[in-house]
Amino acid sequence: MLKLYDGGLEVASILKEWYTEESTSNYGAFIPFVGTIRDEDGIDGLSFDIYEPLLEKWFEAWVAKAKEQGAIIKMAHSRGDVLLHESSYIASVFSPKRRVALEFIDAFVEDFKASAPIWKYDLKNGERIYALERSTAIEGSGLLA
Amino acid sequence: MIRVEFLGPIQKDALALDITNLRALATILQATPDMKEWLENSAIAVNDTLVTTLDFPLKDGDKVSMLPPVCGG
Repeated sequence: MLKLYDGGLEVASILKEWYTEESTSNYGAFIPFVGTIRDEDGIDGLSFDIYEPLLEKWFEAWVAKAKEQGAIIKMAHSRGDVLLHESSYIASVFSPKRRVALEFIDAFVEDFKASAPIWKYDLKNGERIYALERSTAIEGSGLLA
Repeated sequence: MIRVEFLGPIQKDALALDITNLRALATILQATPDMKEWLENSAIAVNDTLVTTLDFPLKDGDKVSMLPPVCGG
């Protein structure tokens, strides 16, 4: 399940919703990852653009990988501005046993950072500045150069 | 016509071009001011699927998207 929200995420309610949805699904492990905006480099927050058609395809490929291992994944992400100490990203894995979930959340979040079509901007002094130096070129970039 | 969209931080309006493959698009964009860095660091999708070859054929109504470096989360 992939869900996008305008602004910061309501972490407690989203985690409660996911937990409740699967509370009787017989998964032995539930591992959430919650990303929070830190106060650093004088920023007021972060802002995000998302290309949703490709994000959905990317996510569906991971849903299929999870299914092969008897696991499911759920993900929430923010669109637009997210302020300091708010959350912009939650990912979670449910699996029958812990080892699959522990390994899967690591691989999933790492690929998310490298491949998901989301662009991050620093909010600073009233400006929205593309975070190029913290961004990763998608595999295969430079085709038209 | 092929619609070309520039995503995220690339500040450029979409184009409508009469071309039949990505090689032709590369030629046009290489001659466009301020595109050099984006061409070097962006991935290309056709109809929302990433592509890896310039010989990818394009047909009328296709959508080409240019995706600069990403950073979700």
